[in-house]
Formats: sequence, structure tokens, C-alpha cells
Amino acid sequence: MSDTTDTGPVLAADGTPLKRSLNRALRRQKLRALGLIAPLLIFVLVTFIAPIADMLFRSVENQIVSNTLPGTVQQLESWDSTSGEAPGEAVYEALYYDMFLASEAKEHTRLGTRLNYEETGVSSLFRSSGRSVDDIGEDYIDALEDLNEVWEDESFWYTLMSGGEDAAKNRGLLEEERDRLASLTSDNFGGNIGFVPGQEISDLLPNTARAYTSFALFTVVADEDVVAEEEPWEAVKIALVQDLKRGVDLSGYSGFGADELRAAQDMLAEQPDIAFKEAFLEMDEDWAATDNWRTIQVYSPPFTTGYFLNAIDMQKGVDGPEARPENQQIYIMLFKRTLFMSLVITGSCILLAYPVAYLLSNLPMRTANLLMILVLLPFWTSLLVRTSAWKVMLQQQGVINDTLVWLGLVDDAGRLIMINNQFGTIVAMTHILLPFMILPMYSVMSTIPPSYVRAARSLGATNWTSFWRVYFPQSVPGIGAGSILVFILAIGYYITPEIVGGTTGTFISNRIAYHISSSLNWGLAAALGSILLAAVLILYWAYDKIVGIDNVKLG
Amino acid sequence: MTITVIEPKPVPFVAAVVAAAGAFCGLFVGTAQGNSLLGVFAGAAITAALAVVFLTVFRQEKAARWITTLGTAAIGFAFGGAMGGLIGLAFGWFFGWFIFWLGEGRYRSKLPPYTTSLQVFYHFLFRVICGMIFFFLITPIVVVMPLSFNAEDFFTFTPEMLRLDPEGYSLKHYRDFFTNDDWQQAMWNSISIAPIATLLSVSFGTLAAIGLSSEHVPFRRPIMAILISPMIVPLIISAAGMYFFYSRLGLQGTFWGVVLAHAALGIPFVIITVTATLVGFDRSLTRAAANMGADPVTTFFRVQMPLILPGVISGGLFAFITSFDEVVVVLFVGSAGQKTLPWQMFTGLREQISPTILAVATILVAISICLLTTVELLRRRSERLRGMSPG
Amino acid sequence: MKLTKTLMASTALTVAAVSAHAEDMANSMTLVSWGGAYQKSQVNAYTNPYQEMNEGLEVVWDESSAEAVAKLRAMDEAGNVTWDVVDVVAADALRLCDEGLAMEIDPDEHLAPAPDGTSAEDDFGDLLVGDCFIPQIVYSTTFGYRTDMVPEGAEAPSDICSVFDTETYPGKRSLEKRPINNMEWALLCDGVAKDEVYDVLATEEGQQQALDKLDTIKDDVIWWSAGADTPQLLADGEVFMGSTYNGRLFSVIEEQDQPVAMMWDAQVFDLDGWIIPANLPEDRLARALDFIYFATDTQRLADQAKWISYGPARASSAPLVGQHAELGIDMAPHMPTDPENAKNTFLYNYEFWADYRDDIDAKFQAWLAQ
Repeated sequence: MSDTTDTGPVLAADGTPLKRSLNRALRRQKLRALGLIAPLLIFVLVTFIAPIADMLFRSVENQIVSNTLPGTVQQLESWDSTSGEAPGEAVYEALYYDMFLASEAKEHTRLGTRLNYEETGVSSLFRSSGRSVDDIGEDYIDALEDLNEVWEDESFWYTLMSGGEDAAKNRGLLEEERDRLASLTSDNFGGNIGFVPGQEISDLLPNTARAYTSFALFTVVADEDVVAEEEPWEAVKIALVQDLKRGVDLSGYSGFGADELRAAQDMLAEQPDIAFKEAFLEMDEDWAATDNWRTIQVYSPPFTTGYFLNAIDMQKGVDGPEARPENQQIYIMLFKRTLFMSLVITGSCILLAYPVAYLLSNLPMRTANLLMILVLLPFWTSLLVRTSAWKVMLQQQGVINDTLVWLGLVDDAGRLIMINNQFGTIVAMTHILLPFMILPMYSVMSTIPPSYVRAARSLGATNWTSFWRVYFPQSVPGIGAGSILVFILAIGYYITPEIVGGTTGTFISNRIAYHISSSLNWGLAAALGSILLAAVLILYWAYDKIVGIDNVKLG
Repeated sequence: MTITVIEPKPVPFVAAVVAAAGAFCGLFVGTAQGNSLLGVFAGAAITAALAVVFLTVFRQEKAARWITTLGTAAIGFAFGGAMGGLIGLAFGWFFGWFIFWLGEGRYRSKLPPYTTSLQVFYHFLFRVICGMIFFFLITPIVVVMPLSFNAEDFFTFTPEMLRLDPEGYSLKHYRDFFTNDDWQQAMWNSISIAPIATLLSVSFGTLAAIGLSSEHVPFRRPIMAILISPMIVPLIISAAGMYFFYSRLGLQGTFWGVVLAHAALGIPFVIITVTATLVGFDRSLTRAAANMGADPVTTFFRVQMPLILPGVISGGLFAFITSFDEVVVVLFVGSAGQKTLPWQMFTGLREQISPTILAVATILVAISICLLTTVELLRRRSERLRGMSPG
Repeated sequence: MKLTKTLMASTALTVAAVSAHAEDMANSMTLVSWGGAYQKSQVNAYTNPYQEMNEGLEVVWDESSAEAVAKLRAMDEAGNVTWDVVDVVAADALRLCDEGLAMEIDPDEHLAPAPDGTSAEDDFGDLLVGDCFIPQIVYSTTFGYRTDMVPEGAEAPSDICSVFDTETYPGKRSLEKRPINNMEWALLCDGVAKDEVYDVLATEEGQQQALDKLDTIKDDVIWWSAGADTPQLLADGEVFMGSTYNGRLFSVIEEQDQPVAMMWDAQVFDLDGWIIPANLPEDRLARALDFIYFATDTQRLADQAKWISYGPARASSAPLVGQHAELGIDMAPHMPTDPENAKNTFLYNYEFWADYRDDIDAKFQAWLAQ
């Protein structure tokens, strides 16, 4: 120190100030550490964290309603669900076009399935409507085609709607419909389809142009046909009827098919309006039910809290969230049961693990290691094997009952029921998780010096006092570490409760699995999963605070 | 080294304790034969008499023990056939040993001389409780083994098996395992997926653990949380998430999809075991190596690696077992081509229950025992290397 | 070409003819089925002869039929369908068809006519539910009981309501852990007429009535979720009677020789068959169609009944049903469709359950968990 008092900053060997040099070294060290960690971090983020985030996102995502019925949803905004009356004609007209397109793309039943989670009966309503939606307005189409055969002619339609080769084109409409179909079917509708609607005709007949454009896109991309060689859908013709009946002024139009259009308009002027509402009600009277419409309206936003409400036994009512009917409440109870049983399992693990860990840490090393194999053997035996072993042990004609009957402790008719209930799950899971309790306890206990207890004893403490006042407090970290580990693992268990749990011994995970693979209500599964994950993360945080994740030892 | 005096105990004391144990066993034998009370008294009387005879008249331990063992075995056989004989054998062996262990006072040999009788009693009570817990741990696994030799296709002990009748046993489930294409395919899938997944998690995991254990790591906690998460997140959530996400990447139903998923699941185990070994690692060793001119790579492989190798290997074993025993994720992420052993066992349990599963289980337990022995040997080696006494 | 193909297939001389077309077809095919004895019967009756005709064809089996809808949906979301032909129950086929995940089938174009020339459409008749489903078998969910556990003095159970009669027939029952079938049986035994069951079940009160009836035996029920459970429970003597698929009971009774008998009353008919996933690449589609054409012809369907006691879905296959391939017993009396067994039957109502499945299942599960 005395050498450097005269010059200001301390210098390193190469002449840079020591502080900077040290900082640089530190930074390099940090970078090196991060560089070592980075590959794994990226690996875990991509293979593990991203999938989970992706799945949890499903718990709020709800774009299917607005993607499938965009027009209807828009029209429905102004409808008052408390009025007790079904919505007006405009909604049904929009529904017609949406439903037609959706049923061509076979997406309407998917939406029906989605909405059926909220309102029973929507599924068949959508299925049957999709089947007969193309019958609506048949008479008008027949009248149109009787009037002039060109309305059945695919190339006439093509030329009419494209406005001829040199006409100004309405690319905006094409792109709009592209996006709409892409979001409806989640397929790619890009590329040249050999058709662009004409500007003039789409100004004149907006609905028709829109319907024809989606028809054209669908024909080319999904059906892989040529637009000009396919007769348009009924919906296109109905759109034309509606456009013409709305009193479009055709006097200024002189393009292709002007005469045919005028004749059609004159003919249609004498006909009554198309009654969409009536047609839908005739198809299925449930279209009059306000409950169905309210469900569509409530679930029209692209994101919803509906799944989360469902996951806590609530639903979206007329005035905000409300409790579900009592006979449908199940998830809160399942969460409670999962927590309760995990606690019982953790408790019984503590009771069983403590003596064993104590014994192991007080035996000579070689004996302890031999006994340790007895602990590790179950730990390393396949989970499925252990679970089926418990099935063999616990069932009514199983090993334990057989032994008890043979010993005469229970009679043959009074065999104990130990499986397919909570008891079975608790026993099997205690067995399976016991090593996770023993190992951390053992690693803590083997660091407790025996001299403390001896000192206490020589100072006159009794067996019990020296254990309770001296040894036990030092072993508490082991109990804490083991408990949280066991608890975290227990609350997410799936296979064991599935096999030995029966009805009263199943966990929330079993319900999640059911919704993923059987009922296909993935949103609800994701919502239940998010809640479970949140619980686990809180426990992990506590674990990290109390024990520190570095202090976990395995074997 | 022991200072405890081992001296023969008074005969009445020994006879009383032995009689109590005999009464306990007699209770079971008695109830099984239909008369519990008679069993209790007969058990107590017979064992007490044996104790008195052996400790006073016939003090030849070896011969006495043989006589008891064979005698009870013969009685058992007369009463209950082969199974009874086996139980009698066990009883006889136990009592032969128990009488002399008590009578000679050998039970005190490992206890401090000042322990009171009550303390001795507690000591052994505690041992018995621990023994019962170990019994609880190991029985389900042991029970599975004889069932795997069942001649029937169901999971129960048949009367033939209980009579130890050779007809009740067969190797057909083992034959099934080794000849059935499904099982063989599943085994090869497991054997090819697990090592690659292990290799991935071990190589990435070890590097990261070394990085994490250096003194200056920014964001250590959140990074650790992310790396540990595959162990924490409930499997059903991981499985569902991977299922959807891997589908989108085209990885669902592919070999590499399953490998990546399993590698992710194995990582926490590698991180935990390797960081634990690194806690005890003396950093001055790497500095010394660097001082002497070794480049970082050489230092790593010649100095650091040999010392943390046990941790790496045991982490690798955990990762291997995780992959080898994993069923939930593979059910979702895999498809027919990646059917692993646990998957085959799971469908076996669900669709066609057959003790082939138990045969596989028995084979796997045997493999587990081999692996465990390996780990134990490695651990002893590492302790020798680090200069700790193996105890 | 189709006619010649049928003729040749029936005379098993097609090796040359088919291999001529094999160039346009994928030479590997992933079939999805249920595993177990059922899949074995398909291997024996369909894929083994098919592979003999098509040398070098690789057949991969995936036992994922139970999760077929979920997996196909996820595969479709990802645009990467790896399955070629999938065995599903009719209800799932309808769902897949509804969601556009299964290909629409034209029976007369894609399926072989009967040997006497009857078109496939007429041969399958009413069993062609939905537009995508290719029926294969008729199976039924019915009860089996332990003959040695029938109480002394009581007659062997022959009425569905003996399931609910724990006084005469004490002991556990095993029922499937879902509302379908159980709710119907409960109502039938609670005095509801057979043709009114679904009308009653559509109402809140009716659902409650069914649950109340089930509540009377709740403590005596072990709920199963996998097809192997009830046979195992019966063989172990864990339950006195239990519902399961009739083919499973057949194998317990005839193949495993356990003291178990059938109770056919109020058996619920259901269908199982193939679907082809939508949007398969051309070569794989060609292979799938070729296989379907072969595997659902009259002879092949009748062959399957040699291995498992499910009724073939074609009318023309019924007379060809012979004896069990290994046991040598007549299979006809073990078919759910045998007149002796089908005195009182019930047909699964697909429409009803498509609508009420979620709602009733929520109530059922809540009731179970109480």
C-alpha cells in the first residue's frame, strides 16, 4: 500500500487501472458463466417453457366464435339479451351467410361443440342447421333460374363478378375474404386463384361480390377446382336476391349482364322479402331460444374468462359471473380434495420417513448404504409397477385381504375395501413418494453432529428432552425440504390416482386429462392446469425461500 | 473395542420374553387353524419350554438351532403342506436365533454399557418400527415377483401357487415378453430413446451447472427456477403443453419429439446432482491447473471432470430412469413408432391385463438393483478420491 | 376394374393384379386400433391376408383409438396427420366427421359390393351412420356375472334390474365411469318405458331421477374406465356382476374358462368401424382406400368373427360366421345380434349424447365425487 500512495488509481500489471481491470475480469466471468448456461436455458425454454405457455394461452383464447360467425357477432352487438325476445331479421340474415360458409368449410359443428360446453343443445342445433342451411330461399333461386338460365351458368357468373378482363379490380375485397377464410379454417388461402372481383360490380352488388369471392377462394384453395367452371353456391344467389331487392339502382350500369340483372330485379320486386328468421325457426325452433343467442353474444369476444369461471364452478350469467347449479359443481371440490389428500400424503410420509432417516443417519456408513438400497429400490422401480403392485396388494381378493382372512382377523364376507377409494390412493402414493421424503431428511440429519445430543444427555436431559429440544429443531429443515418436495409432486399426480383412485380418490389432474383426451374441452383443461400450476409455483417459491433450491439432494 | 460386558441373562427373563413372542406367533397360527386361544397358549408354552431347555440343559447353540428350524418346518409341513413347511422353517429359524441372542445377552453388544433396560427396550422397539417401514417399502415390489411366474393370466395368487404346486407356476409371461413383437419393439424403443435423452440432458446440464456454480452469475434465481421447472410442473400439464406445441412443430409422434421431451424432463436431476457435487469442489484446483499452463478445456477434462464425475453419472442415471420410466408425456408426445416400455405397460394395464407386465417389472427391478450397486460403488470410489473415509 | 378385383380377392389370386397398382400406393400404413384381443382379430382377419397380397407393405399399429379424436384434432391443427386408417366407435366417427377431420366416404364407390351383387350401401344398411363412418362390427355393452357367487336359492340374474337389486344379489357391481348407458339402465329400472328414456333424460328431473336410482347402489359400484377392468374384476372375484363389451366377456368365459356367464338383457348396441383422416397425401390415401376396400368385404368381416365375438356389420357376412379359429366352438350363439341374445336391446342414441354429453357428464361426475 505504501508504494502506491502517490499515484491515484491502483494499476494492474498491464497498466490499466486495477478497478477497471477487475471489472472487466468480472464481466468476462459473468459472460462465461452465462455462456455455459445459455445452451441449456434456450433448450429448456424451447422444449418446455414455450409449450406450457402455449397451452396456458388456450385458457383465455376464444376466437372461434368471431372467426366462424363474424357477421352475426357484429349484428348481435346491438341486441339486448335481457329483452326476452329473439334478435331481429338482420341477425338471422347475417347468420345465414356465416353459417353457409362455415358449413362449406365444415367448421360450424366445431363451433357447435365449443358452445355446447356452455349451453346444452347448441351442438345439434348447429349440426342440423348446417345440413339444411342451403335450403333457405330455394324458391327464390328457382324463380331466378326459371327466369333466365344464365343464373345456372358458371361462366356467366364468373364474367359478371370479375367484370371482364380489363375492368378495374377490387383487390381489397379479395384480401378481406382471404383473411376471413384463413381465420375461419386456419388454413393458408394465399396465392393466385384466377379471380378478382370487379370494382364496379362489387360497388353495385356488395353482398353478392363478397359471397362470390369467398366461394371463389374456397373453390380454388380447398376444393382445388377452377372458379369459372363451378356453379356458385346458393348463398351467392341469395345474396344477389337480397342486393337486388334492396333496390339497387341499376340504371347506371351498362357492364356485362346488365339486362339479366334488370330483368331479375323486376321479377323479384313482386316477391315478398326472404324471411330468414322464419326459415331458421322452421329448421329448428331452438333458434328462437334467447339462451342460445345470449351464449353466442357472451362468448363472442376473442378472449374470455369463461373457462376460468368454469374452472371455479361459476359461469357467465346475465349480470356477470354467477355460481353454477349445485349439481354441476365439481372443480372447487376436486381442488380441495387434491390439496387435502396431498397434505395427508405429505403427513404420512413425514411420519414414516423420520424414523428411517434417523436410523440411516445414525448407523455406520456401510450398513446405512445397504439399507439405503431398500429405500432407493422402490424409488427406481417403475411407477406403473408399483401402482399395479398396490392393486395386487389392496384389492378385496388381494394379498392383504387374503392374509387377513387366512389369519382369521376378518371373515371372508367382511373383506376390507382398501382400493378404489381415498385410502388406496393415499397408501400407494405414500409408498411412491416416501423416498422423496427420506432422501432430503437423511441428507440434513447426517450433518447433525451427535455430540450435541450427547452433551444434552450428560447435562442431565432425559431421552425425550434431548431429542425434542436439541435434535428435532436441527432436523426441521430436512422435514421442510422433504415436505414441500413431496407436496409439490403429490398435487400433480395422475397415473396412480387413475389406477387405484376409484371415484373418491381421484385428483384434479385426472379431470384435466379427461378434458384433454375425452371431452376435448381444451380451454377448460388449460384453465384448470393454470390454477394447478399457480399453486405449484407458489409452493416452489416458498421452497426456494425456506430451503433454497440448491440444497435439494437426491441419493 | 466394545466395553460392554456380554453375559448370559437369567433364564426366567429370557423364557418370558420368548414366550411373549411365541404367543404372538401362536395367535396367528391358532386363528388360521380355527382356535386362537389354544394357539396363544401353545405358542407361549412351546417356545418357553424350548428356551428353558436350550439355555439350561442343552447348551449347544448350533445343534439347537438346527433342531428348532427343522422341527418346526416338519410340523408346519404336516399341518399346511409346502407353504406351511416354509412358514414353519422361518419361525423355527427365528426362534432358534432369538433364544440364544437374548439368552447370551448378545443384544447389548452394540449399546453403551450404561443404557438402562428401558432404553434397551426403546432402542429395539425403534428398530422394529423402522423394520416395519422398510417392510412397507419393499413388500409391494417383492410381492410382484412370484406373481410374474403365475400360470394363469390374471393378477391373483391362485390356490396352486399358494400350495407351491409347480403347476401353478410357469415362465410363459417371460416367454411372452421375449417373443412378443410389441414388447420387443417397446423395449428397443426405450433402449434407444433413453440414452439419447440422457446424453442431451447430461451434456447441456453439466455445462449449465458449472456455469451456475461460478460466483458471479446474474439472474441466478430465475434461471434456476426455469431449469428446475420440468421437475416441478405437474406432468399432465407438461404433457398436454408439449403435445400441442410439438404437434405444431411437426415433432409430435416423432422419435426426436420424444427424445427432446424426455431430455427436458431429465435436466433438473442433472442440475441438482451436479451443482451439489460442485458445492464441495475446491476451486483452487482449477486455478492451480490454469497457473501451470493448462487451457480451460484441458482443465475441465483433466481436473474438474474426474472430480465431479460421480455427480454427473448419478445425475445421468436419474435422467435415464426418468426417461425409461416416463409414461404420461410419451403417451401424448409419442405415437405408435415410439411406444416405450412404460407405454406398453400402461396399455397392458388398461386394455389386456396380463402378468407379462409383472415379468417386465421383475426384469426391471433386477436391472435397478444392478444400477444401484453401480452407483454405490461409484460413490465409494468418489469418497476415496476425495480422501474421505468410506466408513 | 372393381369387379375383377373383388372376384380375384375372393379367390385369393390377387397378388399379381394388386402389385401392378402398388406403385402409386404408399408401402407403409399406420392403422389405429384398440389393442388387445380386438386388434389381434383385426390382424388375423385383415392385415395378415392383406400383407400376403402386398409384399413389402409395412403395417404399423397404434393403440390410440381411445384418444383418437383428441389426437387427430391436434394432428390436424398442426397439419401433420400421421395416421392412415383409424378404428373408432360410431360416436367418435360422427364427431370427427363433424369437425371435418375424417374423409367422407361414398359406400358404393369405396366399398366392395356383396358377393351376390347387393350394393355396399344396402348391405350395410342402417349401420352407415354419418358420412365418414365405415362400419365393421356391431358390439354391445352388456353384463357378465360370477356364476359361483349367485346366492343360494336365487335364480341366475336375467333381468337388467337385478343390477339394482342388491338385496337378492349382494356383492359389488362394476359400471363404466361415464353417464352413457348407466343413465338409460337406471331409468329403465325406475319404471320409465323404453321408448321414452331419452325424452325423460333430456329433462333436468329425468337426469336427477336417473342419478337417484344409481344412488341406491352407489356404495356397491366399482367404476371402470378401461375395457380390461371388468373382466379382471370378474376373474378376481372382486365383483359379482359388471358391464363391459361382450367380446371381453366372451374371452373371460370361453378362453380363460372363468366361472362367468352373460346377462344379455337390455344390452346396448353400438358400432365400431374405420374412418380415413381427411386430407391424406395421394399415395397414402390410395393405400388406405385399397385396404378399406379389402378389409370390409363380406368375407373379411365374417373372418373377424372367428377371432372375437362381435357381429359383422354386413348383412351378407352373417351366414358366413363359422367357428372360433382356436377353440372350434360355434360363434353365432355368442354374437350380440343372435336372436336368442337380442330379445331386449337398446340402440345407442348418437344425436342425444352429442348434445347432452357435456352437460350430463358434469352432473354425473359431480354426483360421483360427492
